[in-house]
Formats: sequence, C-alpha cells, structure tokens
Amino acid sequence: MLKLTVNDIEVEVEEGSTVLHACEAANVEIPRFCYHDKLSIAGNCRMCLVDMERAPKPIASCAMPAGEGMVIRTDTDRVKKAREGVMEFLLINHPLDCPICDQGGECDLQDQAMGYGLDCSRFDENKRAVENKHMGPLISTTMTRCIHCTRCVRFATEVAGVTELGAIGRGESVEITTYLEKALASELSANIIDLCPVGALTSKPYAFSARPWELNKTESIDVMDALGSNIRIDARGAQVMRVLPRLNEDINEEWISDKTRYAVDGLRRQRLDQPYIRGRDGRLAPATWDEAFKVIAAKLKRAKPSTMAALAGDQIDAEAMFALKTLFCKLGSGNLDCRQDGAKVGGPRAGYLFNSTIAGIDQADALLIIGSNPRVEAAVMNARIRRNWLATGMPVGVVGPIADLTYDATFLGDDPTVLVELLSGKHKFVGKLKKAKRPMIIVGMGALARPDGATLLGHAREIAEMYGVVSKNWNGFNVLHLAASRVAGLDIGFLPEKSGLDVDAMYKAAEADKLDLVWLLGADEADMTRLKNAFIVYQGHHGDNGAHHADVVLPGAAYTEKDGIYLNTEGRVQYANRAAFPPGQAREDWAILRAFAGVLGINIGFDSLDELREILFRAVPHFASRDIIKPAKWVKFGSRAKIKPNEITAAVGNFYMTCPISRASETMAECVRAMDIDQAKAAE
Amino acid sequence: MLKDSDRIFTNIYGWADAGLKGAKKRGDWSDTEKLLKLGHDEIVERMKASGLRGRGGAGFPTGLKWSFMPKEVRGRPHYLVVNADESEPGTCKDRDIIRNEPHKLLEGCVVAGFAMRAHVAYIYIRGEFVNEARRLQAAIDEAYDAGLLGKDASKSGWDFDIYLHRGAGAYICGEETALLESLEGKKGQPRLKPPFPAGVGLYGCPTTVNNVESIAVAPTILRRGADWFASLGKENNSGTKLFCISGHVNKPCNVEEEMGVPLRDLLEKHAGGVRGGWDNLLAVIPGGSSTPLMPRAVCDDITMDFDALREAGTGLGTAGIIVMDRSTDIVKAIARLSYFYKHESCGQCTPCREGTGWMWRMMERLVRGEAEPYEIDTLEQLTRQIEGHTICALGDAAAWPIQGLIKHFRPEIERRIAARHSVDAVNAAE
Repeated sequence: MLKLTVNDIEVEVEEGSTVLHACEAANVEIPRFCYHDKLSIAGNCRMCLVDMERAPKPIASCAMPAGEGMVIRTDTDRVKKAREGVMEFLLINHPLDCPICDQGGECDLQDQAMGYGLDCSRFDENKRAVENKHMGPLISTTMTRCIHCTRCVRFATEVAGVTELGAIGRGESVEITTYLEKALASELSANIIDLCPVGALTSKPYAFSARPWELNKTESIDVMDALGSNIRIDARGAQVMRVLPRLNEDINEEWISDKTRYAVDGLRRQRLDQPYIRGRDGRLAPATWDEAFKVIAAKLKRAKPSTMAALAGDQIDAEAMFALKTLFCKLGSGNLDCRQDGAKVGGPRAGYLFNSTIAGIDQADALLIIGSNPRVEAAVMNARIRRNWLATGMPVGVVGPIADLTYDATFLGDDPTVLVELLSGKHKFVGKLKKAKRPMIIVGMGALARPDGATLLGHAREIAEMYGVVSKNWNGFNVLHLAASRVAGLDIGFLPEKSGLDVDAMYKAAEADKLDLVWLLGADEADMTRLKNAFIVYQGHHGDNGAHHADVVLPGAAYTEKDGIYLNTEGRVQYANRAAFPPGQAREDWAILRAFAGVLGINIGFDSLDELREILFRAVPHFASRDIIKPAKWVKFGSRAKIKPNEITAAVGNFYMTCPISRASETMAECVRAMDIDQAKAAE
Repeated sequence: MLKDSDRIFTNIYGWADAGLKGAKKRGDWSDTEKLLKLGHDEIVERMKASGLRGRGGAGFPTGLKWSFMPKEVRGRPHYLVVNADESEPGTCKDRDIIRNEPHKLLEGCVVAGFAMRAHVAYIYIRGEFVNEARRLQAAIDEAYDAGLLGKDASKSGWDFDIYLHRGAGAYICGEETALLESLEGKKGQPRLKPPFPAGVGLYGCPTTVNNVESIAVAPTILRRGADWFASLGKENNSGTKLFCISGHVNKPCNVEEEMGVPLRDLLEKHAGGVRGGWDNLLAVIPGGSSTPLMPRAVCDDITMDFDALREAGTGLGTAGIIVMDRSTDIVKAIARLSYFYKHESCGQCTPCREGTGWMWRMMERLVRGEAEPYEIDTLEQLTRQIEGHTICALGDAAAWPIQGLIKHFRPEIERRIAARHSVDAVNAAE
C-alpha cells in the first residue's frame, strides 16, 4: 500500500494505482474526459491536471503512477486555471447545439463545463466543422462535436478487437473515422456511444426520441444471451426507450452487446396483446381470456396426462417455469422439457454450469473451446477472453467451425473425434493444456445440442479431468448456454420426469399422433412442423414461430414487463425488474398459469408472485440468494459412447436474430442488412 | 575564438573527403576498440565528467542520461536511438554532420551503444533529408565492409548494428517518444512520461534517445579526455557547439564555437555581421524557432550558453540562430512560426490541438491590426494556458515565440491596432 496526501487528506492506495485513484480515495473529484477505468490510459484530454509537490508543471493525474509520500493538491489556483484553460480549449470548436443534441442532460462536457469552466467565451474566430462519418445503423455521428478523447478508438481496438476505428489527420484536423465508411463489425460496437463523453457518437435508433430526465430507469437483467448482463431499462410510460449497461464486474463489466441494447424496439412490434383461438377456418381469431381458457380446459379434460407436454422457451423467468411445472404435476404429466434445442444437458449441476465463473476467465492460462463461438454467443464474455489473450497470450484451441473470434485461436477442426485424440494425448494442443496451471474448457451448444451431445460432454469431462482443468481450487470446466432461462429450468427440474418425454420424444409422439396437447411457454425455437398433430397452446409475448402454429394463444409478458428470477450460465441468481406493463390484455406469465389453474379448479398453491416465490425457494433454496452462485460438486456426468464423426456446426448463425424479440426488431434487421452490404462490398 | 586544434568537426564544411578514408585521416575510428576497453560504466563516467549537455534542445546532461539505462541486460535488449529528425526551423547542424562527418556519428553510436549495453542503434532520419539519408547509408555500408560495424564491431568483441530509418516528414517525430512510436510503425504521437524511455522505450525495451550532435562528439571527448572538453566553454556549459546562423547576416553559416561565446562575436566574426551593421539588428531568435526572441538590447552582450540565455528569458535550444534586421515584419514573422506549430501539432492533447490554431488565427489578425488592444492579453493568457499543460514540449514550443513577441514588441502590436482603428474610423466617417 502507498500513502499519499491529497489536499491534506491522507489516503492509502494499492501499488500500481494512479494519482487519480488516490484522489478518488480521498473523495476529491477529478474531472476527466479521456480517462476510463476499463480502457488504456491516453492522458490526452488534460482535464485531470493536478499539482504535485516539487513538480514544475501540473501533472496528468490519470497517467501518473501514485508514489509513496506524494503530496497532491487539487485546490490550487494553478489547477483551477489549468482546468478552465482546458475547458475553454475544448469548447472553442465544440458547437453550441446542446438543445438539439441527444447527449444533452447526460453529457460530460456539459456537466464539466458547468463545474470547471468559465462562464463566457473569448473565441472570436470561426469554429471548425467536421464531416460526419458513417458508422452503421446503430451509431449516429456528429463529428463536429468530437473532442478527440479517443475513448471510442481505444474501445474498438482493445476491447472489441476491431481496428476499423481510428484517428486520421494531425493537429486541429484530427478526425475520428472508420476509414472506409463501414459499419463497425463488432457485436459490442454500440458501447462507444456510452463511452463518448460528448454528443459526437449517439444512438441512431434512439435519436431525438426522449430526454434522459423524462425516462423511468429500472435496473434489470438481460435475456438476449445466457450471461445475464446487468442492464438499466429506460422507459417512458409503457414504452421501453432504450437499454443501457449497468456495472457488474463479475459479468458484463460496463459493456453490453448490440443485441441487448437494441433488440428492445422489437418489443413494440408483433406483440400478442390479446388471446387468440384458431377457428374452423384455420385462422387465429381474437378471443377473451375466458374463451381461451375454456377451449384449453376442454381439450385437457379429454386428454390423458401422459399425452400432454410442456416446453419452456429461452427467455422465460424461473417463476413461470415453476408455475407451469407445478400445474403439470397437478395434472399428472411428467412430460416437461426446457431444452427446445434438444441440448443434452441436465443431470449433475457441474455438468451444465460455467463453473469457473465468468470472472474466472481472467485467471485462465489456456483455453479449449468445444462447439462454441463466444463472439456471437456471448459477445461481452468474448471481450474478457480477448483481454486475457492480449495480456498473457493465452493459447486458445477451438473444436468447431473456423470463425474470427477477435483473438488468435488454433482451430483443431470441426470433426468431434478430435476430442478422442485430445484424450489420448496424441494431439498437439495437449501440450498447451498440460503446461497450463489453470486450463479452461468451454463447451457450447454447438457440441451439446446434437444427438450425441451427451457423449461430447462426457469426453469434455474426461479431458478436463485428464489435464487438470478441475483441481482443488480451480474448476475450469464450463458450459456456455445460449438461453437465459436454461440454467434456472435445469435447476428447477423443468425436465422429463421418470418415463416422461423429452423434446425429441415429444416430436416422435406428436408425429405418431400420440400427443394430444403441447404447452409452449415462450418456446419459439422448437420444430413446430413436427408438433403440428398436437393441440398447441402458445403462451408468450410475440407473434413468432410458436404463435403461428398455435391453436390457442395466451398473451404473456416480455422480460421488461415482469419481475422475474434468472440464472445465468454460471448459475448466478439474478432478479429482473419490471420496467413497463405488458400491452393490452397480456399478463405476466405466472398470473396466466394461476388463472388457468383456477379455471381447472386446481389449487396450485399461490395467489401472488411472493407466494409463488416462497414455494419456489422451498423447492430450490438457492434461488433465494440474489447474485450468489451455488457451487456445484464435481461428479461424473456425460456419456462414454462413441462419438459420431458428424461435423460440429455453429449454434448461432445470425447474431442479430436469435429470439422472438430480436427477430421483430427493426434495428436488428438494419444491422443484418448493413453487414450484408459491407460483406458484399468487401467481396468485390 | 575557438582554436582550430580544439575543433571536433574538422570537416563540417565538407572540404575534405566525407568517406571512411577521409574520416580515418581525421582520426575517426582510429582506436575505437581502445575506447570500448574503458568499460561500459567508465565511458558513462567520463561523459558525465565532460559536462556535455544534450545538443537536441533541452540541454539535459548526456552522461547522466546514459546512466539511467539499467546496469544489466535483463531479458529485454537495450537500444540506442539517434534522433536525426532535425526539423526545428533555423537549425541545420545535424544535416551537415550527416553530410560531411557521418563517421563521427557512426563511431559515436558504437561508443554510446556500448556504454549503455546496446547492440543495436536506430538512426531516425528526417524524411526530407533524402541525400543525407543516402550518404549516411553509404557511410554505414562502408563501415560494415571495413568491419567497424556488425559482428565484433571494430574488433572490440562487441556486436553492434546500426539501422537507418527514414521518417515521413513530421516535426513531432523529433520529440523522442513520438519518434519511438513512429519507429515502431505507429502514428507519431508523443507518449506519456513516466514511464521514461530508459525504462520502457522502443518496443518496450530500455532505450536512450540522443541527438546526432551529442552522439557524434562522444568519441572525440573520450579520446581527448573529459577534462579537455570541460575546459572549454563556461562552467556547467562546457565544450564546443555547432551554431547555425541564418537570416539577415551577410554570411549565413554553420560554425563550431565554444559554449558561452558572445552572440555579437559569433555574428560578426563568423557570419559576416548583421546585414546593414549591428545597429540595423532588430531581434534574434537564439535557439531554433521555439525559443523566445531577444530584442537588440539583449543581443548586445548576451553569451550563447544554456544558463545565460535562460536568464535572459529564452534558451539555447538547438543553437539555431535566426537573425532579423529592421526590415523584418516581426509580427508577421512570429505569425508564420505560429502557423508552423499549428500545422505540426499532432492533435493528441487538447491545449495544443485547439490552442495552436486559435493562436495562429489571432496572430494573423494582429499582423493586420484587426483586433482590440485587450486581445493582446488574451493571446498572452492563451500561451500560458498551453504552456506546461501538454504531454510533450511542442505546446511550450508553440507558446514561447508569441510570449517573446508580446514581451518585447507589445508597442509594435498596439501601434498596428491603433493604426487599423483610425483607418476604420475614417472609413466609417466617410
């Protein structure tokens, strides 16, 4: 620890801290534009200048390493003058267009000009104007406002791993540009909007639609992938206007993916806002809740429990799944599955969790990825892998199709039998795993969501055990899920009961006309054509795949419209909060199930969400501990059968469209179009 | 006046053969291996004792700078980088060294590189020096062929390689850390210090960046002894120095003189005197364009060394002396320098990027008197807002010429403003 004095306050900071950290430790505010905790230090804005004893010039506190016994002052006349000077320089070429700037109200330049600037301008010359740049469908640019802090450039090169953003020109002609006027080819690109301290980079889809002070801000959890990124949902009235990241060092740090941020405009389109019943003409006709419930109840009465089945979707909260499971138990059916992609996960928890935790990636020193492309499956997590690779040169091996992961990786082929070679120790990559102290394996759905998934899982476990991936204080065996609801579903046991049908068996039963009713709880990714002989109840929020094939549609709530518990791929329990109300007659999913139980005359045991949660916590106690991961015991799992040499394919084809919400999103469609155009241009 | 026998650069005018044969005749490479036998630390000690101060402008003691290099090579190689990106307006000494005394520089590289335990030197030469780069490369090739460089350089047992790297014509790449960035293939923008290059320099390895002249004089200093060098010049400003005299003198020239030589002697004895006589002198910029100018009254008895010039509110800089006689439009001259700094600002940090353009535009108006008198103070304050607040010294360099102008020629600026106002008043009355 280092001892420093800041404005006569003694503080202690860790070795390797900067003077700026020391000032913060002393509760002294240091204005800054270019400095950002998660990016490299540029020291170019010069706003953070402070006085250091014996230094002839003020020093940039963001870049100066803290030293033992340093005496720092931030309240001297010289510091005040320096800040005023820098502020004045920043403003001379900055347009006075705050009233029409989207950054207004949350602009660092505005705030700091108020706090540290002068009240008038002495600048009598013409202001500089800069041409706007094209940065794709997400980022709107007004480059005249740019103050050249280079946060965006540093983010793109360091975190996102794309070098398409940079500064050209010199002196006052410096311009931030994408060089070739292309959309930024990164799944994390829109984070530069948050990073931009001024209004140079703003959100294109959100442009001119709201002011920050009009918005209700709700802290919640993202469901676009299985990371459970922490987000803030900004809503005005019933409408979700935007999604921003929230800081969580263990998961998403300060970033979110473009899909997390921008798919929410899909919440306004294709919504199911009232129940529907498929009529004799084969068309879905609007109905009341009573009518819809009666039709289903009639169907249920005629059906045997063993011919009913329930499938839970990928973005469903734990409560709804638990409620549906309870209902089916009461009905006497054990045909439940939460793995509509047919993934062969389940069984011991260690076999389906991201055991090392996401933050554990920082400690890994070798990585074997099996059947996953983290860049599109968990973009934010991929940035963490990249950071480790940048810092340590961690070797990365991939079993699966070749892809640009933003870091160097050895592709061991997409033939899964390479796992056998790895096990036998014959493969070259084995040496890297052996040398590592904390090797890590990430198994993705590309490997698990295939008929022999259990076998691949078993082989991965054996590789883990053979090369020290699991040791006394390190468990680097990780499963990367795609569905936000998957781990909660598995923990609850939304799985076939003894002799119950799993999703494949359901398909077969339906095709053999032995399945009377399927209840799809937000399940849109199942193969509907194989289920078509059954009576399909679709409970969900979008008129997507599930609703198109349904016989009865029950309008539910999207993730922004309900309180819910989600477990991310690590098994971390997180609570999402309601930011807006569901549209029209749509209701929260647990309430729909409770009401339907009432129609059937079944006592399902709860009348409110709190009561439901109480029962849930009794059944799975760890759901009560918010933000905590219940560790999993390492036991045997997976199968030892022979691997089929069918090649491993990508689990996610199109990053921008993976769920009903993102498929309904205009912005996501724009992104796909922009990428296609850029790819076509590049091909030329 | 410096005795001919005390001159280091005996072929600075290129009257004799600049090649290896000629250089050897002048004593270069004569006993390089003997110099290296002194040992790493002894060379540094002797350089320290000589009192040589860096000839690139800042005047930092050269021996001390070398001593900052780690005493052991641990894992990362050491590098010597020679700054031949001579771009300071008014300065042309390194150019003549490279043209006519390239072997002094190369031998200096071996000696300095050995002293700091480096096996490799990079010479970063200004892009515009096309012929100089050719000549230097020819000299390097000659030295390699003669076994003076390369494996077992000069039979000293020390391997030493020299690589010549041409810049692309940016003034900022003469700043040592921007030079390193450029050498690494990046955009030439200064780095933050600390860490200093001696710890983390080229490719993250310990590096020392020296000016051409500082390196080129090292072998001679070691041969003739630190005492000899220290006996020349003034205390704390020892040795000889190449002065570049340009502007309104009868015979502009590069000349080697003792440190602390009176400016008037320098101009009158070597440069043929000021055009139209000493009384026709208006002002002198003593150390390259970035140093504040001195009006004639100061020039009368100023001596040319670091300390005296600093006391006079200016600096020795690179010793690029720009002489201006009474025919000079002094405001316009400084405005031109402001344009230069605006043009050459790298744009990395705020005060310099935004401030240099603003200052230049104000200067342009002051040239024509299109300003209010209070704006002179505004401009003065602007220079203070830039000075000392930037990552590198270019901010200071842009500020100083204007500070010098306002300090010494404020009445002239005010006169122009008043004249312009009266013209405006007459026009308005009509």
